[in-house]
Amino acid sequence: MGLRGPKETLIRYFLFACAVTSIVILLLIVVFLFREGLPLFQEYGLGEFISGKYWYPTAEPPDFGILPLFLGSLWVTVGALLIAVPLGVGAAIYIAEVAPPQVRDLLKSLAELLAGIPSVVYGFFALVLVVPWVKDFFDLPIGKTALAASMILGVMALPTIISVAEDALTAVPKSFREASLALGATKWQTIRRVTVPAALSGISTAVILGAGRAVGETMTVLMVSGMSPIIPRTFLQPVRPMTATIAAEIGEAVWGGVHYHALFAIGIALFLFSFAINLIADWISQRYREVE
Amino acid sequence: MRLRRGRATQAIAFTLLSLAMAGVLVALGTILSFILVRGVGVISWEFLTSFPRQAMTEGGIFPALVGTLCLAVGTLFFSLPLGAFAAIYLVEYARQGLLVRIIRMAVNNLAGVPSVVFGLFGLAFFVRALGFGISILSGSLTLAFLVLPVIIRASEEALRAVPQEFREGSLALGATKWQTIRKVVLPVGLPGILTGAILALGRAAGETAPIIFTAAVFSARLPDSVLSPVMALPYHLFVMATESIFYEETRPIQYGTAIVLLGLVLTIDLVAIIIRYRIRRRRRW
Amino acid sequence: MMSDTAAMETPPPMVETIIKVEDLNFYYGSFQALRHIPLEIPKTRVTAIIGPSGCGKSTFLKVLNRMFEIIPGARAEGKVLFWGRNILSREVDPVDLRRQIGMVFQKPNPFPKSIFENVAYGLRVNGKTSNLKERVEWALRRAALWDEVKDNLHRSAFELSGGQQQRLCIARALAVEPQVLLMDEPCSALDPLATAKIEDLIDQLKREYTVVIVTHNMQQAARVSDFAAVFLTGGELVEYDETKKIFENPKDKRVEDYITGKFG
Repeated sequence: MGLRGPKETLIRYFLFACAVTSIVILLLIVVFLFREGLPLFQEYGLGEFISGKYWYPTAEPPDFGILPLFLGSLWVTVGALLIAVPLGVGAAIYIAEVAPPQVRDLLKSLAELLAGIPSVVYGFFALVLVVPWVKDFFDLPIGKTALAASMILGVMALPTIISVAEDALTAVPKSFREASLALGATKWQTIRRVTVPAALSGISTAVILGAGRAVGETMTVLMVSGMSPIIPRTFLQPVRPMTATIAAEIGEAVWGGVHYHALFAIGIALFLFSFAINLIADWISQRYREVE
Repeated sequence: MRLRRGRATQAIAFTLLSLAMAGVLVALGTILSFILVRGVGVISWEFLTSFPRQAMTEGGIFPALVGTLCLAVGTLFFSLPLGAFAAIYLVEYARQGLLVRIIRMAVNNLAGVPSVVFGLFGLAFFVRALGFGISILSGSLTLAFLVLPVIIRASEEALRAVPQEFREGSLALGATKWQTIRKVVLPVGLPGILTGAILALGRAAGETAPIIFTAAVFSARLPDSVLSPVMALPYHLFVMATESIFYEETRPIQYGTAIVLLGLVLTIDLVAIIIRYRIRRRRRW
Repeated sequence: MMSDTAAMETPPPMVETIIKVEDLNFYYGSFQALRHIPLEIPKTRVTAIIGPSGCGKSTFLKVLNRMFEIIPGARAEGKVLFWGRNILSREVDPVDLRRQIGMVFQKPNPFPKSIFENVAYGLRVNGKTSNLKERVEWALRRAALWDEVKDNLHRSAFELSGGQQQRLCIARALAVEPQVLLMDEPCSALDPLATAKIEDLIDQLKREYTVVIVTHNMQQAARVSDFAAVFLTGGELVEYDETKKIFENPKDKRVEDYITGKFG
């Protein structure tokens, strides 16, 4: 088909190059993260980095144990999911199955609006409202805790969970519902025994992507998590998640120094997490398609 | 008897579901109204158009507003053509195969990479390796990479919605593939592509983590070139609320900044939602 | 093969052949949709391709202007000679080919543009932009649509009725000045009145154009066509002759069954 002169062929190659750019960008990210992150391990053991319990980058000698930061991320993510999963999945079921059709689009748009709020605004809101509330309610010396971070992250994960779960529920064929209703099942029985099970993989994907959102969020946790690099024991302690650590310290880290490399090493860890989350989500939806 | 118990269970279940929905709406309402109520009094023409004074404790947010607009426009400048062309390739040219699967995986993965990692990458690549420094250029490119998946996905969806009959009609008249795309497919898909672009614009305006290391500074004049560092609304809000010495005293400025940022981003999103709604209603084929 | 001999035994009467198909095989992936088709399409006549659904008649039409190439996995083998030149050969540019062999589709498919721009489209992509207005008017007149739309040329094509849209699509194809017009069940989405208008139009067009029309409607084939080729399920051409002979005196038992409604 390349007979139409070189123009059509040239355009095709140009468009192809644009499409391949996504792969190139991803590779560039990998290359530069590793280029700046791996030198850490010439001076600092990989084992110590992964299992070290202390993150004191400016101490003499410095400690670069990622464990407290990792656990900080884990705690706030789990906390966020404890809030976002019941609320988000519940709201998705409500929108897809219960809400009157006239308001369905409105509710979806409102949930989408939640995704539009910038994370720094969430952080600011949490700082002026949630943090003082946590401090007073639990009578703590300081309100910036894993709990405060979890609460606001939970809200931030909602739109992802609602939108993906709602899509999955809407994609369940109408005939399934009709068959169940025709057998005399109530609407709720149909939802619980037919619709939700049929959409389960999509709902799981929603939860996983919601978790990804929470793990990767930076500004809010930087503002309200308290930023103490300790291994958390309760939700009422301050934590220092990985993302926030990078954002807080990159400015003071000397370019090319150990600390700088250590922050990029955290970046590698975050990148690998997001990669894993995507693979899992992909795998679930792939399996789902085969079942269809 | 069994039927009645089914009804009762259903009533309880539906109540719980509506409570979940209500919870979501309450969260949204609380955030918006809280910031709106506290911040609306701060907003004035002067606040929007004047420079900060007295070591940032007074005055307006003009340079931050300008900086954010520069970054958002710069982001779109790089990401819209790239994303739209990539989508054209994926929809119009690519045959299903390994390469397309890899491209798609790359797009999905890019969408999932935490924004702070984009920031790190931008710092290492644009700021340092390419030597663009802390600048509008570095920040725009970093944000462009971040929003690329948004634009590719929206454009793909828009192009796929263009009926195949239009393509057939054009090809059968002896139009080349590119003529068909340029004169028939793109005009029809354009509103959808623009919706994606607008959503990306909103995202770019609101992101903080990717620009902290690549573009934004606490205090700056208006930019005079793409290599200038800039102030930006989200970073301004962050610094004022956490790192400034007088963070309690400057709360009004913080609320004002938050409301401007929120207003800007949500207006952009709203425009996108309205366009999308109108496309769906006006579609006649 | 029986179908081959059946068709070969009855060469079309003394008319110039414009398209000659030789041993055409067609595949969608591993599925064979057309088997060893031979066919000579006479110039400035209407040739109808008829047969039950799934017999490959639309596929056959798509081979003639190489529109099948946009379907992934589709491929054609054999020869299709257009003025003696094999259009399936790699050296023939499908874009040039389609400018000489136009096509009208089952469902009217005007572009979301004005009436004028729809007709002008083919001219523009062909670089024939001089006397654009005259050419558009000429094409619309040919398609018997001019009087109905001349005052609304800049209204959207979607405001036209289905039948008008289909005539617009015919005008759009004619504007490029093709020699052959392929019509893929052009009336299947239209009401009887609109259908009658299109059939009248086809009758007019055959003075200057070669028309190949696919239809599942045997009355229509009988009304509009001079020659008819009957395809049967499995992608075989069973009989090809003057339309009159096919309908009055089919040679093949299967064709007789099909025409009398016992088949397909």
